[in-house]
Amino acid sequence: MSMLEIKNLSTEFSTENGTVQAVRDVSLHVEKGEVLGVVGESGSGKSQTMFSVMGLLAGNGKVVEGEIHIDGKDISPLSFKKAKEYDAVMSDIRGNDMAMIFQDPMTFLNPVLRIEKQLIEPILNHNDISKAEAKERAIELMRKVGIPSPEKRIRQYPFQFSGGMRQRIIIAIALACNPKVIIADEPTTALDVTIQAQVLDLIGNLKDELDSGIIMITHDLGVVASICDRIAIMYGGKIVEIGTADEIFYEPKHPYTKGLLDCISNPEDLDKKELRPIPGSPPDLLNIGKGCPFTDRCEKAMKICKLEMPDTKVFSDTHSCACWLTHPMAKKEGN
Amino acid sequence: MSDPILTIENLKVHFQIAGGLFTKKQIVKAVDGISFSIMPKETFGLVGESGCGKSTTGRAIVKINQPTDGKIFFEGRDITKIKGAELRQFRKDVQMIFQDPYASLNPRMTVGEIIREPMDIHNIFKTKQERENRVRELLEIVGLKPDHIRRYPHEFSGGQRQRIGIARTLALNPKFVVCDEPISALDVSIQAQVINLLEDIQEEMGISYLFIAHDLSMVKHISDRIGVMYLGNLVEVGESDDVYRRPLHPYTQALLSSVPIPDPKTAREKKRIVLEGELPSPIDPPSGCVFRTRCPSATEKCAQSKPPTVKVGNRLVACFLYDEN
Amino acid sequence: MEENKTNEIQLNPELFEKLDDSEKNAEKIAYESKTYFADAWSRFKQNKLALVGLTFLVIMILACIFIPMISSYSFDEGDKLAKNLAPSMAHFMGTDKFGRDIFIRILYGGRISLSVGFIAAFISLAVGVVYGGIAGYVGGKVDMLMMRFVDMMYSIPDLLYVIMILVVLGSNLTSLLIGISVSSWMGMARQVRAQIMTLKEQEFSLAAYVLGASRTRILFKHLLINSMGPIIVSVTMLVPSAIFYEAVLGYLGIGLAPPQASWGTLANDARRMLSSAPLQTFWPIIAICLTMLALNFIGDGLGDALDPKKK
Repeated sequence: MSMLEIKNLSTEFSTENGTVQAVRDVSLHVEKGEVLGVVGESGSGKSQTMFSVMGLLAGNGKVVEGEIHIDGKDISPLSFKKAKEYDAVMSDIRGNDMAMIFQDPMTFLNPVLRIEKQLIEPILNHNDISKAEAKERAIELMRKVGIPSPEKRIRQYPFQFSGGMRQRIIIAIALACNPKVIIADEPTTALDVTIQAQVLDLIGNLKDELDSGIIMITHDLGVVASICDRIAIMYGGKIVEIGTADEIFYEPKHPYTKGLLDCISNPEDLDKKELRPIPGSPPDLLNIGKGCPFTDRCEKAMKICKLEMPDTKVFSDTHSCACWLTHPMAKKEGN
Repeated sequence: MSDPILTIENLKVHFQIAGGLFTKKQIVKAVDGISFSIMPKETFGLVGESGCGKSTTGRAIVKINQPTDGKIFFEGRDITKIKGAELRQFRKDVQMIFQDPYASLNPRMTVGEIIREPMDIHNIFKTKQERENRVRELLEIVGLKPDHIRRYPHEFSGGQRQRIGIARTLALNPKFVVCDEPISALDVSIQAQVINLLEDIQEEMGISYLFIAHDLSMVKHISDRIGVMYLGNLVEVGESDDVYRRPLHPYTQALLSSVPIPDPKTAREKKRIVLEGELPSPIDPPSGCVFRTRCPSATEKCAQSKPPTVKVGNRLVACFLYDEN
Repeated sequence: MEENKTNEIQLNPELFEKLDDSEKNAEKIAYESKTYFADAWSRFKQNKLALVGLTFLVIMILACIFIPMISSYSFDEGDKLAKNLAPSMAHFMGTDKFGRDIFIRILYGGRISLSVGFIAAFISLAVGVVYGGIAGYVGGKVDMLMMRFVDMMYSIPDLLYVIMILVVLGSNLTSLLIGISVSSWMGMARQVRAQIMTLKEQEFSLAAYVLGASRTRILFKHLLINSMGPIIVSVTMLVPSAIFYEAVLGYLGIGLAPPQASWGTLANDARRMLSSAPLQTFWPIIAICLTMLALNFIGDGLGDALDPKKK
C-alpha cells in the first residue's frame, strides 16, 4: 500500500480577478522508503498540491475534486461532510502520520520555547515512556541529525540556532513521530550551498532508516537528482511528466522537461557553454484555457495543443507523460 | 593589454552596530581588505555564501555603502570621494541591477515611467516624446512588448520585472553594471533567459559586469573571471574555466563540491567535501586565515597570520598551502 | 470524460500541424491593467460597512452645506414663542431654549465640527509628512534631535497647551484649529518616519539613488508616494479624533463663543436642559457618534483596500 496516494486532485482559489485553478487533476503516490521529487516553477501548483494534502489551504482555496489517502486512510476533504470534522482529523494527522518541513523553519518552531520542550512533546505523544527517557531519546535524535553537543544545545531557544541547524531540528521533530509521509517544501532553498549540501546528505542518509515516504518539493533539479528516486514535473497546475530520476534526466519526453534540462547549468559539465532558455514566462493560472499550459512557450507546439489537454501516455511502469507529441498522429522528430 | 575599467584596492567596508546603553559598540567587518580589477567588456563573477561581503562590495562600487578604507578606481579616477558633476557623470556610467525583481521597481510607477526615470534625471533627450520612443526601444531590447508601457510592475512575472529593471539600467548607456544576484529570485527556466540577455547586451554595448551570485553553476556561464569571497576576504581569483576545473583554495574546493549536480548518476557517485560547522560571525572573525575554523587542511600557521595572496599560474590564491616562503 | 473529449474534437492530421509562433503568446499578462487607486477602490467597494460609512458621511456633508442655505430657519435667531418644543413636523428635532430650530443648529454645528475635523487632520498631515519625512530620510543625528522633540511634545498633556493657545489667541476657529493640530501632528510624524525608514532601504529607492536621483526626488516620487496608503488611513482616523477633541473643548466651554456653534458647544448648551428636555442633548451627541462611526468604518475599509500585504 502506498504511504500517500493522491488521485485526480484539483484545487481552486477564488480571487477578486476570477478563479485560479492552482492544481488540476494531479495524481501521485509515494511508497515506503522512497523519495519523490516534485519539481516546478513558481505557480506550477507544486506547493498548493501539498497544501491541499496537508489541509492547510488558504481561506479562499478549496479542493474541488479528487481523493487523498494516507496509508490507506481516506483524508480527502471531499469525503468529510463537515469542515470541523475534517479539521479535527487533519490536525491529528499532521504531526502524527504526516510531518512537514518548510523553507522557513521558524514557521514550525515556537520562538519562546526551548528546543527540549518542542522535541520531547512529540516523543511523549507517540511513546509510552517517562520524561527522562524522552529527553534521552531527544538528545539521541539531535545527534542523529548532526547537531553538535546536543546535551547543551537542547536547553537553547530556536533563535540561538542558525538556519541550517533549525532545519535539522525540524527534521529531528519529524523523525520523533515516525510519520508515514514527510512533506518537505523547498527545505534547502533558504540555505547556503555548503549548508544545503549538509542537509541533503542528512535527508539522503535518513531515508533508508525510516518507514516513511518522503515528498520533496523543489525548483532545483540539482537537489532532486542527488536524492530522489522518482520525479514528477509540474507545470501550470498539472503533472506533465513523471518517472524515475534516470528516466527524467536521461529520457525526458515532455518538451518542458527537456527545456528545463537544457537551461540549467551543470557545474561538472564544463564543455556545455550555451544555455538554451525556454522563451516566455510561466502561465498565470487565472482563467487558464483548455489546452496544454505549456503551448505558448513550446517550440514544438501544434494546433491541437492549444485546443485540448493531451492524455497521459505511459512509457513504462514508472514513466508517463502528457504531451500531444507522443500521440501516434503527431509527426516524429525533425518535422 | 588595455587598462582596467575598474580597480579595487584594499577595500574595507565596516559597519558599526550602534552600541546600546549597556553594550559595547561592535564592528561588522563586511568587507575586509579586498583587491581586484575588471577589464573593459569583461564579466567578473563574485561568488560566496550569504554574509561573505559580495553584495557589500557591489554596493560600495555604486556608492550606496561608503568604504571604510581603500580605493575604488573607475577609469583611472578614485571615485570614493567624488562630488557634483563628476558624481553625475559616474552615475551615468555605472549602474546596478538588483536582486529582488519584486522590490526593485517602484510599485506606484508605470513601466514607462520607471524606464524613463533615468533619462528624466539626467536630461537625456529634449522632449518627452523622444524619451518615450527610447523606452519602447528598450522594452523591445529586453524582449517585452512596447505596449506594456502603461502597465504597473505588479502585473508582470518575476522574470519580466527583472527585464524591466535591466531596461531601466540600459537607459543611460552605462559602461559598467553591477549585477547583484540578478537571477537568484527567478525561476529556473527564466534564469537562462536573463543570463543570455545580459550576454547579448554586453556584446552589443560593450558593457563590463560585476556579476554577484551565490549560485556557482550559473555564474560560470557568464563570467570570464571569478573571485571567491569568504567572510569579507577574497580567497581566490582566476579565469572562470580554470577555477571550475581545478579549484585551489580549500574553500573554493568545498564550495564547488557542494553544488548539487543535475545528473543523477554523477550525483550518486560524487563524493562531496562537506564542510564542518558554520560561518563564523563577521563581528569577531577568526584570527589569521578566516577560513581556518572550517578548513580541512588548516595548520597552526593559519591561526597566526593572515595568508598572503600568492600567484599560482595566472591565478591568485590567499592560502598558505600555495605560499612557497 | 473520455467520450466527451472525442465528441468535442475530431482528431485529424491538420490539428497536428506545427503551431505558428504568431499564435503563441508567451508574455501574456492575465490581469487587467488597473491603476493603484482603481484597484484599491474595487477592494474598498467590497467592504459594505465602509460603503455605508462613506454614504453617510457624504450625505452629512451635503446636508450641512446645502440645507441651511435653503431652510427658512436661521441658526441664531429663535422664535420667542416656540421655546423648547418637542420634535414636530415644523421642527424636525424640536427647538432650544431660545426657540431656535435644533435641526438647523445641528447642521450649522456640523459645518464647524466637520471643517475643524478635516482641516485639523489636513494640517497634521502636512506637518507630520514633512517633519517625519525629513527625519526618516535624513536619519542620523537630525532624526535623533527631531524625534526627541516629538517625544517632548508628547510628554506634555495636550489639553494644557490647547487651553493656553485658546486663552492667548482667543476662542475662535483659527486658534481652535491651531490648538488641535499642534496636539495631533506628532503621531503622524512618527508614522511617516517609520514608513520612510523602511522604504528607503527597499531596492527601488536604492535603484533611484544609484540612477542619480536627487534627495527630493527620492523622497517625493519614491518614498512618500509609497507610504500614501497607511498615511491616508491614519488621516481618516485623525478626522474623528479632531472632531471629538473639538467637541470636548466645546463641552468644557472653552471652544467657540456663542452664537457660533459646533456639536460640542451644542451639547454643552443643551446640558442645562438635561432634566426638562433630554432630547436636546441627544441630537448633537448622536450626530457626533454617527459621524465618528462612519469615519472609522471608512478608515477600516481604506486600511484593507490600501494595504498591499492583503493582496
